[in-house]
Amino acid sequence: MTKKTTIQNKEINTDFEVRSLDADFNNQQTTKEPWWSHIKYLVTGILFGIILVKTEVISWFRIQEMFRLQSFHMYGVIGSAVITGIISIQIIKRFNIKTLNGEKIELPRKQFSKGQIYGGLLFGFGWALTGACPGPIFAQIGTGALVMIIALLSAIAGTWVYGLIQEKLPQ
Amino acid sequence: MIEFLKQPWAWYISGPLIGLMVPLLLIIGNKVFGISSSLRHICAACLPAKIPFFSYEWKKEIWNIVLVAGILIGGFIATQLLLNNQPVQINPKLVTELSGYGITDYHSLVPAQLFNFQQLFTLKGFILIVVGGFLVGFGTRYAGGCTSGHSIMGLSNLQLPSLIATICFMIGGFIMANFVLPFILTL
Repeated sequence: MTKKTTIQNKEINTDFEVRSLDADFNNQQTTKEPWWSHIKYLVTGILFGIILVKTEVISWFRIQEMFRLQSFHMYGVIGSAVITGIISIQIIKRFNIKTLNGEKIELPRKQFSKGQIYGGLLFGFGWALTGACPGPIFAQIGTGALVMIIALLSAIAGTWVYGLIQEKLPQ
Repeated sequence: MIEFLKQPWAWYISGPLIGLMVPLLLIIGNKVFGISSSLRHICAACLPAKIPFFSYEWKKEIWNIVLVAGILIGGFIATQLLLNNQPVQINPKLVTELSGYGITDYHSLVPAQLFNFQQLFTLKGFILIVVGGFLVGFGTRYAGGCTSGHSIMGLSNLQLPSLIATICFMIGGFIMANFVLPFILTL
């Protein structure tokens, strides 16, 4: 159904229509922000990058340990992050917490597609090979592993090829 | 304090901090935590090529590109100021296994013996860096998210598709690390 809609709308694809089709658009904010408000996201990114490095989740060695079930570390990190996230979202919902701009926080629902299975497996292969998911690739480059710039460019190329052949893949 | 920060951080410290990224981004700007979408926005900004998948107002998602730029800077700061130059401590079984492939240097988080510009031009390095990177970019977009968007954000919001995606990430990684990678490392 979604697939057909995409094809029909190809010529008149407005931004809104593309946006309504998937959950890749993470900006739920309706009011416009001045350019300097991006400093908030830069600082958040810096904090996230420091945490990723200090807890070694960007390490190829740690990823190999995880997939060989030889250490609890990665499971502990992801598990406790999820528990913290669940509690946080419940608090936001129960107490109807607003954003700094006073907007209501609404979370998009994820739609099931076969892509989560096929794409998930393919990403799993790549994760074990590079020892990196998309966030950690950027942190790895920051640590001085400059060859990971090539991995990043290749990941961008992978995303681009997906966009190119997306309509032909089972969804 | 600085000495404490220089130690590798335990999972029960860093895990909750990573989880707090979810409410932090929501509260400061109604942003949903997700990283792999930044790769799509980079494509949309640099090489949309009239592909419908990349034809959207990417400027609205610049915050996501700023976020990943921050991650890169954070990686730099942590390495320059907060690293203690101790080798990465991993399970002795893995140390034994990896030494069989000639991997003995644990001084950097990204193994210097595998990920360098000389290795890039060997078959092994090409598979690890270029093929691996391609699969990360292709797979995350096909799955509609990565470890952050599905495994942390999606699971935090109790989304079943995210659970399915996370299980598939783990199955894929498990197969690759245990059954295919040992062969690749002998190349």
